[in-house]
Amino acid sequence: MKFSALSLLRHALTGNREWTPHWRDAAPKPGYDVVIVGGGGHGLATAYYLAREFGIRNVALLEKGWIGGGNVGRNTTIVRSNYLLPGNIPFYETSLKLWEGLEQALNFNAMVSQRGVLNLYHSDAQRDAYARRGNAMRLEGVDAELLDADAVAKLVPQLDFDNARFPIKGGLLQPRGGTVRHDAVAWGFARAASDLGVDIIQNCEVTAIERDASGRAIAVQTARGRIGAAKIGLAVAGNSSRVAALAGLRLPIESHVLQAFVSEGVKPLIDGVITFGAGHFYVSQSDKGGLVFGGDIDGYNSYAQRGNLPVVEDVCEGGMAILPMIGRLRLLRSWGGIMDMSMDGSPIIDRTPIDGLYLNAGWCYGGFKATPASGLCFAHLIARDTPHPVASAYRLDRFATGAVIDEKGQGAQPNLH
Amino acid sequence: MRIPCPYCGERDAREFSYLGDASVARPATDDAAAYHEYVNLRANPAGPHREFWYHASGCRSWLVVTRDTRTHRIEGAELVR
Repeated sequence: MKFSALSLLRHALTGNREWTPHWRDAAPKPGYDVVIVGGGGHGLATAYYLAREFGIRNVALLEKGWIGGGNVGRNTTIVRSNYLLPGNIPFYETSLKLWEGLEQALNFNAMVSQRGVLNLYHSDAQRDAYARRGNAMRLEGVDAELLDADAVAKLVPQLDFDNARFPIKGGLLQPRGGTVRHDAVAWGFARAASDLGVDIIQNCEVTAIERDASGRAIAVQTARGRIGAAKIGLAVAGNSSRVAALAGLRLPIESHVLQAFVSEGVKPLIDGVITFGAGHFYVSQSDKGGLVFGGDIDGYNSYAQRGNLPVVEDVCEGGMAILPMIGRLRLLRSWGGIMDMSMDGSPIIDRTPIDGLYLNAGWCYGGFKATPASGLCFAHLIARDTPHPVASAYRLDRFATGAVIDEKGQGAQPNLH
Repeated sequence: MRIPCPYCGERDAREFSYLGDASVARPATDDAAAYHEYVNLRANPAGPHREFWYHASGCRSWLVVTRDTRTHRIEGAELVR
């Protein structure tokens, strides 16, 4: 069923009692052309693009829990493409362009809101670094504006410009950045993929990856039985190491927890997304009025989808440094999500050494903004066996060859990225 | 999270800094593949994990802490030898 003004009106007049499920809750068939493991944003997007762009519709998407219950429902909803390195800019810009047309493509309101992402700088050196970043972005056709303190004060007058320790000297603004409603992204992709014939199979944890005599991956064992597959794609961020281990692979990845926070609802206060460049803090305001914010990862290996208090304190300190007024707000809730932290801070979309097994992993905490491009590029890789041009740098062997993409310059220290 | 330092007793985790998996060993050879394994590849288990912590705000010892990555529960800590 397509959403339209007419269909919304009809459902409104019938008391919204006649809505039907938006995707089929499928039962597994014995085999598929492609099995995608992981029903998060990236897995759903991959299944959708496999069907829509590459005509592969005999696809199963396996999710151990339920759709939207993992990282796609746990992030802070920010989308942007303000990257510096050549391997990254075209990929994230492709993603932002897909976000811009996503609602029309999916016929689903994902509340794509391009309110601007503003990275504050606090020193001359940081201004130069942001000028360089902005220039790199504009060379690739990405929008970027370097603002001085007066321009920032005009945009966000409520920031603390008198801070002696971290004076706000300006910011790098990407006007096309913003936020997208994350749950709607999962539901929209699930609905569109299901409409194209993809079987979305929930409560179906993969417990083994079966290989034939030549070593090729040919099937998965699941909580709902054996499912054969000509090709298997892993998109299980947070659990990539565990699922890859089922095929005997060791990955350049550690799992870490990132916390996020929501304050009580207040009247409109922050229009776009603001990041505090001197520490690590980012904040936006949800449509319900709560301030949504976060900061650093807890910094040690974790699968416990909850964090610890020192980082809560650190994040709140970062917030207080630029917006002292938020000290008056109550914290409504906080939660943690588990992410793949890769050794260079950049993702992996590549074939694995095992034939028939493909990997989409290592998103660190930049996974949500990448969702559509990650799905498109992973679908391209699975369908054509060659990397998509904008994701050709995201190779699994780059750690061995030295062709790493170290956006933060932190080396092989996943807890620092 | 509180870490039982063998010298200082149980102390808050914020006195320590983390340096990752303690099960990897520096290779004896200068073979590139062995170094790739040592620098980059990790088992990343969900469960008990032996990991390095540095007691920066205490006795400044390096510890190997055994911690369950699913619960943050700490089994124990010993000095690095």
